[in-house]
Amino acid sequence: MGVVAIVAAALLAVGAALAVVRVERGPSMLDRTIAFDVLTTILVGAIALEAAWSRRTESIPILVVLSLVGFVGSVVIARFAAVEPEGADAPGADGIPPVSPGEERAALGAERVGEERGGGE
Amino acid sequence: MSPSTRRAPWRQWPAVLVLAAIWVLLWGSLSWGTALLGLAVAVAVVWFLPLPRVATSWTIRPWGLCVLVGRFGADLVVASFQVAWLALRPGPGPRGGVVGVRLTHPGTTHQVVTAELASLVPGSVVVELRPHDRTVYLHVLDLALAGGTDGVRRDIRALEARVLRAFPPKKES
Amino acid sequence: MTGVGQDVWNLVADVLAGACLLLGAFLAFSAGVGVLRFGHLLARMHAVTKPQVLGLILLLLGVALRVRSWSAVAMLALVVAFQLLTSPVAAHMVGRAGFRTGKVRPEDLEVDDLTDERAG
Repeated sequence: MGVVAIVAAALLAVGAALAVVRVERGPSMLDRTIAFDVLTTILVGAIALEAAWSRRTESIPILVVLSLVGFVGSVVIARFAAVEPEGADAPGADGIPPVSPGEERAALGAERVGEERGGGE
Repeated sequence: MSPSTRRAPWRQWPAVLVLAAIWVLLWGSLSWGTALLGLAVAVAVVWFLPLPRVATSWTIRPWGLCVLVGRFGADLVVASFQVAWLALRPGPGPRGGVVGVRLTHPGTTHQVVTAELASLVPGSVVVELRPHDRTVYLHVLDLALAGGTDGVRRDIRALEARVLRAFPPKKES
Repeated sequence: MTGVGQDVWNLVADVLAGACLLLGAFLAFSAGVGVLRFGHLLARMHAVTKPQVLGLILLLLGVALRVRSWSAVAMLALVVAFQLLTSPVAAHMVGRAGFRTGKVRPEDLEVDDLTDERAG
């Protein structure tokens, strides 16, 4: 068990370090969110590994909380922060879905994609 | 949502039971105290946070459900290690794309279950789901591995067929 | 069950737990590699779903096999259930937001039905 725990911990640590590099590099808010998701998952894995190694159950409630907090975090960022430059007046940016979600937002998205492709890079 | 559309908690007993079960699981011990408090909390949640009624109704077929779950588990394991290999192998990254698949069944519940299961399997993520024209847009990590766009469409339609067999919709409504 | 039989079962459970933990940790590691190496946002998202679903299931299975107490197993099952329900929603929202805000460049995609359909 000792060797297994060390190898697994090393794998998790390297994975977490790589995810941190991606958090630092970005380039966009969403890339950081994704990398942070990986980090949260690895943190859950590390706590699970500790619980398995020591055969103790006190830390398991932390896993429940972490798995939910990670979800709330990435959804909030996807919903609010991802609409970066001109999204202040976008439908849905205020948390209230527009009247006809499919049509309207798809049109808006396409428009914005077009703009960015035309102007950026 | 106006209070008049609220349904009585006892008519939503499955939701109440599930919430109470989650409460008991969180406490980690089954006793009269946790069970009763869980039921009370569940009734309160259902009463104060009402959800819209799901339009379509369905039934459950145990064997279809077994096939769905078993096949999902197998897909999950295979796809997980495929994606792991794609990440670790040397050379340039995989070539992926966004594929639109038109589903056959109009019910939104089945579309959502199909999309959710497709998202859970690594290698494909649902980018858009349009209920009105029944189209689901998936991003596939490696198109060559998935057998091109036709392979993706075939896989998703097969998944939908399994979902429909596991939860066959009722005839009317 | 005799004491010796109990020992054998404990050993089997420990070995299985070790295998689960190693595989789960490997998937988490490959997710770190994937999230760093894949070239664009949508590809990186695939790296996330992998440890979140199978990796987590394997790691928690490892814990369950080591701890062997029902209350802990129940709570671990709850973690997996939450994760299975929430991770596609999060992935979908991130992917959609990325697509709609133009984070995905056309040259990253071999096929793009969504943009084609909008354009024509």
